[in-house]
Amino acid sequence: MLTTIAFYLFSAIMIAAAFMVVASRNPVHSVLFLILTFFNAAALFVLLGAEFLALVLLFVYVGAVVVLFLFVVMMLDIDFEQLRRGVQDYLLLGAGVGILLACELLMILIAWKSAPLSAASLAHATPLHVTNTEALGRILYTDYIYYFQTAGLVLLIAMIGAIVLTLRHRPGVRRQSIKAQNARTPAMSMELKDVLPGQGS
Amino acid sequence: MSFMSNDFQVLFPEILLAIGGMALLVLGVLRGDRSLGLVSWLAIILLVATGWFVLFPLTQFNRAFHGAFIADDFARFAKILILMGTGLTILMSKEYLEREKIAHFEFPVLLVLSTVGMFLMVSASSFIAVYMGLELQSLALYVLAAFNRDSLKSSEAGLKYFVLGALSSGMMLYGISLIYGFTGTTEFSVIAHVVTSPINIGLVFGIVFLIVGFAFKVSAVPFHMWTPDVYEGSPTPITAFFSMAPKVAAMALFLRAMIVPFAHAAGEWQQIVIFISALSMILGAVAAIGQTNIKRLMAYSSIGHMGYALLGLAAGTTAGVEGVLIYMTIYLITNAGVFVCILAMRRDGEAVETISDLAGLARTRPMLALAFAALMLSLAGLPPFAGFLAKFYIFLAVVAVHMYALAVLGVLASVVGAYYYLRIVKIMYFDDPAPAFDPDMSWNLKTILTGSSLFVVWFVASGGQIVSVAAASAKALLP
Repeated sequence: MLTTIAFYLFSAIMIAAAFMVVASRNPVHSVLFLILTFFNAAALFVLLGAEFLALVLLFVYVGAVVVLFLFVVMMLDIDFEQLRRGVQDYLLLGAGVGILLACELLMILIAWKSAPLSAASLAHATPLHVTNTEALGRILYTDYIYYFQTAGLVLLIAMIGAIVLTLRHRPGVRRQSIKAQNARTPAMSMELKDVLPGQGS
Repeated sequence: MSFMSNDFQVLFPEILLAIGGMALLVLGVLRGDRSLGLVSWLAIILLVATGWFVLFPLTQFNRAFHGAFIADDFARFAKILILMGTGLTILMSKEYLEREKIAHFEFPVLLVLSTVGMFLMVSASSFIAVYMGLELQSLALYVLAAFNRDSLKSSEAGLKYFVLGALSSGMMLYGISLIYGFTGTTEFSVIAHVVTSPINIGLVFGIVFLIVGFAFKVSAVPFHMWTPDVYEGSPTPITAFFSMAPKVAAMALFLRAMIVPFAHAAGEWQQIVIFISALSMILGAVAAIGQTNIKRLMAYSSIGHMGYALLGLAAGTTAGVEGVLIYMTIYLITNAGVFVCILAMRRDGEAVETISDLAGLARTRPMLALAFAALMLSLAGLPPFAGFLAKFYIFLAVVAVHMYALAVLGVLASVVGAYYYLRIVKIMYFDDPAPAFDPDMSWNLKTILTGSSLFVVWFVASGGQIVSVAAASAKALLP
C-alpha cells in the first residue's frame, strides 16, 4: 500500500517535472527541473530494490552531467527565444503525433501480457542474500565483461572524436617546456661582462 | 593459445582488431600527423591479419559469452566484406586527405575502431550486443562524417547524422525494451524459443520500433532523409565507406535480428519489410533522376539498392539470405570503383562533383570513362554485368515464395533507375567535352578501379565460387 502510494507520488512529480523541463521559459529552470526528474527516477529505482542504480543515477547525472549542463547553459550565449520561435508552427502537428503515440501506448498497456514461457528466462531483480551492489559486481566483470569492455571502447571513440573535432594546434603559442628550462645552463642565459671602472654609464 | 579461454578464442579477431586499433592510436599520438601514411599501411596489415583469423578461427566453437556473440559462417562472410570495405577506404583516402589538408592519423584509427563495432554487430546474438555494436560503429561514423571540420558541409553532415542517429537509437532501444518486457530475455535463441504465435500486440510494437532503428541504419525509406545530405557533405572517401562497410554490417544485423529471434513471428515483420523495401526501390529510382550532384545521386542509388537487398529479407528464405549476401558483395565492390571515379573528378586541384562535369569524359580520359560506364551499367543491373546477377538472385528468391507483385515492382523500379545510370554514360560518351580532369591518379586508386571494373565484367563467367560460398553461409542463419 505504502509503496503504491509512493510509486504514484514519485511518478506524478517526475512527469510534471519532465513537462516543466520542456515548458519553462528560463533554460536554467529547465535544468533544475531536470534535476528534480532525476531525483524522482532515483526514488523509483529504490522502490524497485535497485538502490545501487539509484545512487549511480544521482552521482553521475545530477552530480556531474546536469551540473556541467547548467554551466554550459549559463555560459553559452544562446538566445532561447530565437530557438523557440518556430514552436507555434509545429505545435499542432507535434501534438497530433504525440496523441497518436499516447493512444498506441495505451493500447499496448491494455493488451499487455508477457509470453507464457518468459518467467523462466527472467532474471531476479534482487537476488536472495546478496546486496544489490555485490550482485552487480559479481556479473559485471564476469558474465557481462563483453558488454563492459565494448562500452569502454565506445567511450574511447567518444574521446578520440572530441579531440579530432575540436583540438587545434595553434602556431606561435608559448608553452612552458620544463625540459628546455632544466637544460638551460648559465652559459646560455647569462653573459658576464667585466665593467671597467669609469666606463659604466 | 591455451592461455585463453574459449570465449576469448572465439572473439580473437575482434580483440586483435581492437587492440591493434589502440596500438595504432598510440603510435599516431607519439609520431604526430606525419605518421598518417605509416598508420594507414599498418592498419591495412592489421585488417589482413584479422581477415586471416576470421577465415581460419582458433577454435571450432562459435558461441561466446553465454550466447551474446556468435561467429557462424554467415557472420564470417559479412566480416570479410566489411574488412574489404574498410581496407579499400583506407587505400583510397590518403591522397584525398592530404589534398584537403585533413591528413590526421586518427582517420585510419577511427575506421579500424568502427570496424570493430561492425564486427560486433554482425556477430551479435543478443539485443544488448546489438546495441553496443551499433553504437560503437555509429559513434565513429559520426566523427568521420564531420572529419573535415573546417568545411561547413562536412560539419553539417556530421551533426545531422548524429542527431538523427541518436533519435533512431532511442527508437530502437524502446523497441528492445518492449521485446525484453515481453520475453524476459535479450538473447536471440531464447527469444526464438519463447515467441510463439499468436503473438502479443506489445511484442509487435517492439518489433516495429526495432525495424525503425535498422531501417535508419540501412537508409531505407521512410528513414532515408539523412542519406543525401550526409553523403554529400562527408569527405568523399567517407562517403565511399558509408556506402560499403556499414551498409553490409547493418544489413547482416537486420537479417539476423529478424530471422533468428522472430522466426515464429515472420508474418508480422515480413509485412513491414515488404513495405519499406518497395518504397525504397521506388524512391531510389525516382528521386535520383533530378540530382545534379554525383554524391547525392549515389545516396539515392544506395537507398534504391538497399530496397533490392531488403527484398531478400522479405522473402525470408535461405535463398533470400543468399541473395542478400551476393547482392551486398557485388554492391560493395562496384561502389568501391564508382567512388574511385568520383575521387578522380578534380580540375586544377579542386574536387568537382556535378554530373555535367563528366561531359565528354570518353574523349579526355577514355579508360576512366570506360571503367565508369561499366560500373554504372552494373549498378543499373544490365546483363551481362555483375549487378544483373545480383538482382537476378534476389528476384529468384522472391518469385520462389510467390511474391510476384513485389518482383514485378522491383523490375519496374530498376527500369526507371536504369535511366539515370544510363544518362551518366550518355553524358560521358556523347556530350561536348568539358575541360579535362587532372591526370594524376595514384597507383592504389588505379588498382582499385581496375579490380572493381574487371570484377563486374568477370562475375558472370567466374562468380560461381562466391555464389556457392554465399549459399553455404546463408545456411548458418536458416538451417
